Amino acid sequence: MTHLTVEASGGIGPAPGGPAAPHLLEVRELFIEFHTRDGVAKVINGVSYHLNPGETLAVLGESGSGKSVTAQAIMGILDIPPGRITGGQILFRGRDLLTMEESERRQVRGKEIAMIFQDALSALNPVFTVGFQITESLRRRAGMSKADANARAVELMDLVRIPAARSRLGDYPHQFSGGMRQRVMIAMALALNPTVLIADEPTTALDVTVQAQVMDLLGDLRRDLNMAMILITHDLGVVADVADRIAVMYAGRIVEHAEVHDLYARPAHPYTKGLLESIPRLDARGTELTTIKGLPPNLLRPPSGCTFHPRCPYCEEVCVVRVPPLMQLGNDRTSACHFAQEVLDGTIE
Amino acid sequence: MAPSNDPILTVEGLVKHFPITQGILFKKKIGAVKAVDGVSLTLYPGETLGVVGESGCGKSTLAKLLMRLEPPTAGRARFGDRDIFTMSGPELRRLRRNVQMVMQDPYTSLNPRMTVGDIIGEPFEIHPDVAPRGSRADRVRELLDYVGLNPEHINRYPHQFSGGQRQRIGIARALALRPKVIICDEPVSALDVSIQAQVINLLEQLQDELGLSYMFIAHDLSVVRHISDRVAVMYLGKIVEIGTEDEIYTRATHPYTQALLSAVPVPDPTAREHRAIIRLSGDVPSPANPPSGCRFRTRCFKAQDICAVEEPPLAIRDADPHPSACHFADLLPEPPAPA
Repeated sequence: MTHLTVEASGGIGPAPGGPAAPHLLEVRELFIEFHTRDGVAKVINGVSYHLNPGETLAVLGESGSGKSVTAQAIMGILDIPPGRITGGQILFRGRDLLTMEESERRQVRGKEIAMIFQDALSALNPVFTVGFQITESLRRRAGMSKADANARAVELMDLVRIPAARSRLGDYPHQFSGGMRQRVMIAMALALNPTVLIADEPTTALDVTVQAQVMDLLGDLRRDLNMAMILITHDLGVVADVADRIAVMYAGRIVEHAEVHDLYARPAHPYTKGLLESIPRLDARGTELTTIKGLPPNLLRPPSGCTFHPRCPYCEEVCVVRVPPLMQLGNDRTSACHFAQEVLDGTIE
Repeated sequence: MAPSNDPILTVEGLVKHFPITQGILFKKKIGAVKAVDGVSLTLYPGETLGVVGESGCGKSTLAKLLMRLEPPTAGRARFGDRDIFTMSGPELRRLRRNVQMVMQDPYTSLNPRMTVGDIIGEPFEIHPDVAPRGSRADRVRELLDYVGLNPEHINRYPHQFSGGQRQRIGIARALALRPKVIICDEPVSALDVSIQAQVINLLEQLQDELGLSYMFIAHDLSVVRHISDRVAVMYLGKIVEIGTEDEIYTRATHPYTQALLSAVPVPDPTAREHRAIIRLSGDVPSPANPPSGCRFRTRCFKAQDICAVEEPPLAIRDADPHPSACHFADLLPEPPAPA
């Protein structure tokens, strides 16, 4: 953390000039905008992150920060229009998903990269049995017979610890509790043995004791099946328990990226610092919470310069004028702040 | 603020069963959802009582009962020394003035066709003596300013505000009649993390300035610890443990409280190695058909034969001097010291 270099292009990609490191999945300089009646909303502004086999990357952000839109672009389920990908690449095993033929992309979707969603009740089809929905991809994609597919579905339901799996194949989603529905979603996602699992707020709708069960399950599955996982969440607590690395998003940019222990011990971006200080802690009773003043920006009319500057306690003139580049802070850390090193060292007033 | 000795709100053995019926024309009662099943608690002036529990434990039904939005099946609740369920007419109106509510969802709890001024000023239509007609607009502006909104936005509509701002509108509406008690039903759970802290601070600041009592209902144990003086933990319609913030969070004796605390993710990756991990199996049973004896026994790691037979009363136990409803109430063993 001694030297500070500014990378021209930004991004958490491979070292500039060197050969591209063989990441399993890499998002490079992604730009996405939405065309609405009120104008063009630039929701993703140069997002880059990568994922290696078997690791968990947490993407942390508030609503509207673009964390789910990025995931939808990776899966190829982004609504186009109104969405439009205006730049960037999404490389899976070195091949750009965005320029692939749809037929090829289908081979990746589900088989290589699978996704689970926040609200399992609306993600499952209420008029088909759970067994039908889990076996659907096995029958259509893996060409299994109905009997084989059912046997595999029972295996999958056992794997995600649904009790009495065989007798529940014929049940409908409404007959399951919230936690069990999320397990059904996980079983569906695992059906084709994906190498990457994208979990979009998988436990937000669940109670805290059930959330702990589902997060434990995801952690065990990831280890046993050696899956890589992108965990999208707004909960700093959930992230701390499972992630290896964290990318913090704000207004369509990754503002900080770091190894999980480093980020919690010493945040290098004022937004991350503010978030960590503003959450009440279970293990400490504070007096008054430090708050981040103001509101997240309207992406139809984002602020000039650094999008965080109207809410930032350290804002200077340069922040209003210039978009901060991603500063490299060593130890695989980056922060999109003009004063990243000072925030990291705690020497800023 | 130190609680004084006379409780402002006293709840005794409150019960609410919702009937489950069968048939279309001749409805036959075939069972009951025991949403609240014998809850007793007290709220003192100027204090915050946190009520925590998972979904379906009856905490929102409790709030509705205390607001007199639902009639109880049995039990009593007193505001001061008057039973709120026998009130009617002017007395009931006076109760409504003194006990107000902040709802969970700031998107659905504000009428989209009314301006902010009309929403916050509506209580004055029902209680004209609080603010004379001529001074109402000024009073609404004052309230907007008080909760940190721009008083010039009095003619705007709810959709022109963000979630956090809408929750402030909800708080301003609750404050309009200068109540003594505010029941907050999950007031921050629909808000973004960076906005939550702003609303929590606002609620604390208002309590300091106005001497309000809060009943703060939430599922987020970290938020409840931050704001509460005392905490009640609910499970399937009953309070399983109640005590001061410190008693519940550092000296819990009920296995459910202990498991609940253990399940909360702590935003500190170094802490995860040093925490006692208790994982409950299964889901919360249906309140229409709760387990016999202790309701928690089906998920409890301490369950013995007696738990299925005898229901443990909420009483002070040997382990620690605060009430806990468990036959085997005990403190958790000290976790291994951080290496």
